[in-house]
Amino acid sequence: MHTIAGEGIHPRDEKSKTTSISIAVMRPPDKVVIPLSQHIGAPCEPLVKIGESVKKYQKIGEAKGLVSSPVHSSISGKVIAVGRFPHPSGNQSNSIVIESDGKDEPIEGLKGFSDYLKADPKELRDAILSAGIVGMGGATFPTHVKLNPPKEKRITTIILNGAECEPNLSADDRTMVEMSKETVEGMKILMHIMGVKDGYIGIEDDKPAAIDAMNKAVSGTGIRVSKLKKKYPQGAEKTLIKSVIGKEVPSGGLPMDIGVVVQNVGTAAAVYNAVCFGIPLVERVVTVAGKGISRPGNFKIRVGTMLEHVITECGGFVGETGKILFGGPMMGLAQYSLNVPVVKGTSGILVMTKDEIRLENFRACIRCGRCVQACPIRLLPNMYSVLAEVGQPKEAEKYYILDCIECGCCTYVCPSRRPIVHQIRYIKADMRKAKKS
Amino acid sequence: MAEDVAEKEDKKGKLEEPSPKLLLTSSPHALGADSIESIMWSVVLSLIPAALAGVYFFGFQALQVLIVSTGSAMVAEALYQRFSGKGSTVGDGSAAVTGLLLGLTLPPGLPWWASVIGSFFAILIVKQLYGGLGFNPFNPALMARVFLLIAFPVHMTRWPLPAPLFSGIDASTGATPLGELQMARLLGKGLGKASELNLWDAFWGNIGGSVGEVSAIALLIGAAYLLYKQYISWHIPVSMIGTVVVFSGIFWMINPAKYAHPLFHVLTGGLIIGAFFMATDMVTCPVTLKGQLLFGFGCGLITIIIRMWGGYPEGVSFAILLMNIVTPLIDKYLRPVRYGALKAEVRS
Repeated sequence: MHTIAGEGIHPRDEKSKTTSISIAVMRPPDKVVIPLSQHIGAPCEPLVKIGESVKKYQKIGEAKGLVSSPVHSSISGKVIAVGRFPHPSGNQSNSIVIESDGKDEPIEGLKGFSDYLKADPKELRDAILSAGIVGMGGATFPTHVKLNPPKEKRITTIILNGAECEPNLSADDRTMVEMSKETVEGMKILMHIMGVKDGYIGIEDDKPAAIDAMNKAVSGTGIRVSKLKKKYPQGAEKTLIKSVIGKEVPSGGLPMDIGVVVQNVGTAAAVYNAVCFGIPLVERVVTVAGKGISRPGNFKIRVGTMLEHVITECGGFVGETGKILFGGPMMGLAQYSLNVPVVKGTSGILVMTKDEIRLENFRACIRCGRCVQACPIRLLPNMYSVLAEVGQPKEAEKYYILDCIECGCCTYVCPSRRPIVHQIRYIKADMRKAKKS
Repeated sequence: MAEDVAEKEDKKGKLEEPSPKLLLTSSPHALGADSIESIMWSVVLSLIPAALAGVYFFGFQALQVLIVSTGSAMVAEALYQRFSGKGSTVGDGSAAVTGLLLGLTLPPGLPWWASVIGSFFAILIVKQLYGGLGFNPFNPALMARVFLLIAFPVHMTRWPLPAPLFSGIDASTGATPLGELQMARLLGKGLGKASELNLWDAFWGNIGGSVGEVSAIALLIGAAYLLYKQYISWHIPVSMIGTVVVFSGIFWMINPAKYAHPLFHVLTGGLIIGAFFMATDMVTCPVTLKGQLLFGFGCGLITIIIRMWGGYPEGVSFAILLMNIVTPLIDKYLRPVRYGALKAEVRS
């Protein structure tokens, strides 16, 4: 069984609280706030005005530029506002607010490919583009762009990411168990588009049900399920590739440089729905978890649903709420308000109680080397931390700080509680600013 | 305009109730369980078997050395923190580790004032004046030991022979096995009395030497605990002891009448306590595992050179301190090959 050798960590895990809970469809909210930027790349342009009526699945924002992705309405109703609203990234984003008419009426004329494995790859890619599909693992890179690499990069392998190494999350796990057919058909479509024969699905061994389901679903397709030993951050693109096919992406490069494309399992299922039925990405599976929520579980939630609605639907808070994260505890983003929407990249919502949060002052580096041993990219996080502290962040470039994937292993293991990843982000931002000026 | 709409929307929405006061920090939001305290106090715990063995073999005079050295190290730490206006760090356990380690490397029966001077030197000069925990380039306990060895050579080389508690034996002094070996070497008499050493006695600790270095088994029990807790890794001890075994083994095979058996070198002197508890001091050893292998090799090599040809019978303290000097260089040049790096550009 493969894993990232010698590096990475085993964070305390609470997946068992939600892994066996089937995906429930969450009641659609009365109002959605749909950001025009739910992907990496240029935000899209609004196609609707205040007062206009829209149907479910209707395109309301058009992709602008090469790396961009359109957005669609997730309910039927009336546009009541277009403007800047809070976004789970912590910034504000141009968004379209739609008030539900309660009918949940879909737009007519959605159509898909019946014989999709014989269709022209370019047409399939266009279908994926117009369905607004982006990477659903959290990085939200537009999928059609990933499927259209420069000609000189020959893609030979597609890896489906079902590692889901973040503690507490089980959305991908349940997707693989309950939507194994959609996921594998989506994978076949991706392979057909890229003209690729080697397909792998990487799943960590703490998801036996998902491994079983996927093994059944891939039989006879030539796609292989890679059972991976559980370790964080195995679900990061670079570490997943290393675990599954043993190759390393060159420093500063992309997976396509070694002929690999990685897609999240949820993305594959979304690709299937887009290609076969023309259904755009307007809802996704989200794990709602944590000590601070009354009824945790896995839910299909409409994009644009407010965090407040999600909390209410899950029975409200338990205990004194400390932090709410979009994503898992290792890489998730803390939210400052309940007034933020679920977006295409929201894989989990974690509600932490106050007593789970430890706020301690950080102390001097005692050079224990744990961060060095935990770093999956084999960098020297201790150096970045000390250089940030003594005010010489520029030095960090010599220690390849730009290769850091910000997984947080170093900070997790630090006995001096040094906020190493935070310092790394600070240095990187500083470097970017210096380059601009 | 858009902002206005947003505001109206807020008032119209269901958010009149104040939302919980949410905490904003950057990821990761989960942290590991280990802290400086848990590491340092575990090291103290791991040294208890060796301390008990020392007290058993050398009696209450050993207990006095340990209590005075540990206590005065903690007092020195508290005093410094108090007069420098910094918060107290006595509770983090690092001063206790330094004091206890120092005590374990001192001869049983060392006058109490010498232990106090050693501990104060270790904490005040070697550790705090460099900036405190994390900033000291040298292992404080070892520096203090070497300081005492230079300042009070007579007291520091007066070795009581073991007189186990309740055995009725009266304490007397004599040479340590390594002392015997050096004497024989200087006189050109081969192994001399050192050849009579029973390795089992050395394993249990029934030989002359420092309070905590005599019982190999007690030290190994503590070391096993630290390895199990992953507070130390095997790299330094294995490469340090391995180097000593390989070099002493080569000479022993060439001339067993002149050179001691490799096990003699492993079980006597401070090799085991040095390899597992001193050289592995995280503050003063390299951070990378590759670096630690090299560091251990250097420690082993210098140890055996001093023991075979040097002016002191024992070389572990000097070896580790000398390698402490090299630690920053090892850290600078022996970096891990990062993910996705082409081998050729590693050193660029």
